[in-house]
Amino acid sequence: MLADFAQFTASGLTRGAIYALVGMGFAIIYNASNIINFAQGEFVMLGGMLTAFLFTTTGLLPIWLAVPVAIAAATIAGVAFYRLAIEPAQRAGLATLIIITIGGSVLLRGIVEVTLGKREFVFPAFSGESNVQVLGASIASQSLWVLGTLAIVAALLWWFFEKTLFGKAMRATAQSPLAAQLVGIETRHVLLVSFALAAALGALGGVLTTPITLTRYDIGIMLGLKGFAATMLGGLGNPFGALAGGLVLGLVEAFTGGYVSSGYQDAIAFLLILTVLMVRPGGLFGRVAMDRV
Amino acid sequence: MSAVPLLQVQDLSSSYGRIRVLSTVSLEIGRGELVALVGSNGAGKTTLLRCLSGVQPIDGGTIRFGGHDINHLRASERVALGIAQVPEGRLVFPQLTIEDNLLLGGYGRNRATVSAGFTRAYAMFPILAERRRQLAGTLSGGQQQMLALGRALMSAPKLLLLDEPSMGLAPVVVERIFDIIDELRASGTTILLVEQNANAALALADRGYVIETGRIVLAGDGLDLLEDRRVQEAYLGV
Ligand SMILES: Nc1ncnc2c1ncn2[C@@H]1O[C@H](COP(=O)(O)OP(=O)(O)OP(=O)(O)O)[C@@H](O)[C@H]1O
Ligand SMILES: [Mg+2]
Repeated sequence: MLADFAQFTASGLTRGAIYALVGMGFAIIYNASNIINFAQGEFVMLGGMLTAFLFTTTGLLPIWLAVPVAIAAATIAGVAFYRLAIEPAQRAGLATLIIITIGGSVLLRGIVEVTLGKREFVFPAFSGESNVQVLGASIASQSLWVLGTLAIVAALLWWFFEKTLFGKAMRATAQSPLAAQLVGIETRHVLLVSFALAAALGALGGVLTTPITLTRYDIGIMLGLKGFAATMLGGLGNPFGALAGGLVLGLVEAFTGGYVSSGYQDAIAFLLILTVLMVRPGGLFGRVAMDRV
Repeated sequence: MSAVPLLQVQDLSSSYGRIRVLSTVSLEIGRGELVALVGSNGAGKTTLLRCLSGVQPIDGGTIRFGGHDINHLRASERVALGIAQVPEGRLVFPQLTIEDNLLLGGYGRNRATVSAGFTRAYAMFPILAERRRQLAGTLSGGQQQMLALGRALMSAPKLLLLDEPSMGLAPVVVERIFDIIDELRASGTTILLVEQNANAALALADRGYVIETGRIVLAGDGLDLLEDRRVQEAYLGV
């Protein structure tokens, strides 16, 4: 009994961690621009696919080098996406920008499909296929990598947004874009950094979970949706709300899958989100929308 | 110093979409002057300040600061040159502490300027020092206005643009704000003061401009404007 519970908790948190990383990306970009970036899931795909390509497929780089290179490449893709697709269309209005992000996701997916193919990619777990026994549950060592990294990333993000001048400038821009411009903050740079951060977080998620879930050119669609759901659950304007939302969503899915039936897990997760949004339209930790830059 | 005014605006026009809200506005502010810009609701006062700060596109005309054309400069570059604005409605950052609001007022300035700014802001507004760790959103309207003023002063501006600093405040607080504006002028800061409270603004100002539906219709010394019959009828309810 306890062993089952521990097992479902571990798998829920692991699965939730990836939703959390994607969800934080959604929240960071939404905060800076009110844009819902539907290309968010593609950066998870890029992180995993590029690492697999560099390490497993071609053997170009050792794993400890393939990982940072893949994350850096995905981050550059995020910045390029902002510079080439979003910034030039800035005046076009929110609906157009959101559609552009959908176009961007189709494009990224297409490029990877054509260049790397449709098959599944994988690379080995960072500490091998070992398991750790906790309360009778057997937890994959990679799950510990996922959760440990999530904790470190959350702490770093907190430090960045609370303690650094640029982090404070980003929060100020979310709270009042006009006042931010009037004190001399380059709100363009805030947007650029938001896209870079979001892409890096997504790619990191892809790198961490690929040894557990495998990856493919099209996994970004589902992960993007789940990450978006996590953000809605936690509150759109709050990266740490999205973090909590992701973990809750992962746990609900794992418990439904474990105690009820895995056929119902998505349905129940979305039912939960609808219920939360009906009771608290701003999400669990949300606040209302702000003006766009 | 030279005879070049600190700010020279020539034939400035600006629109929202196809609606023109400023038409060939010209005005000048000399170094150390306190100039009032008065006019009724929707006359275009805020739009003019937005143009000066570089957050509102202009259709034509030129803005010169210290003799140099700044039309092409971005908002952040104008702040760097020394133009600071206290916007209409104050717009403090509600979820940041008072200290962080002030800190961001000095964004892009060197350490010495920022630390001098803190000393000055806290000396001018002791209440802000007392509550430095509180979120700005928890302050009263008057305190938020002081914070917005302190934030703008953090960049040690050469020109301070004030958009209706007395709006929505209790009379005692309004008096305090006008006293502070007077002190700032005495300390050498050049100020463009936008007000619907024409009486108080013109009484304090060296010179004034009256704006109506996007055009400057009168200009003169503050006291002369106060006594002008047209101004009295339109803005002072005499
Ligand atoms: N964002 C906007 N979009 C469209 N029209 C606008 C916008 N902001 C202002 N206007 C219009 O432009 C005109 C000038 O507005 P502005 O805010 O500059 O006036 P104001 O003199 O500051 O008025 P108030 O004393 O009420 O603050 C008004 O007719 C107003 O309706
Ligand atoms: Mg106004």
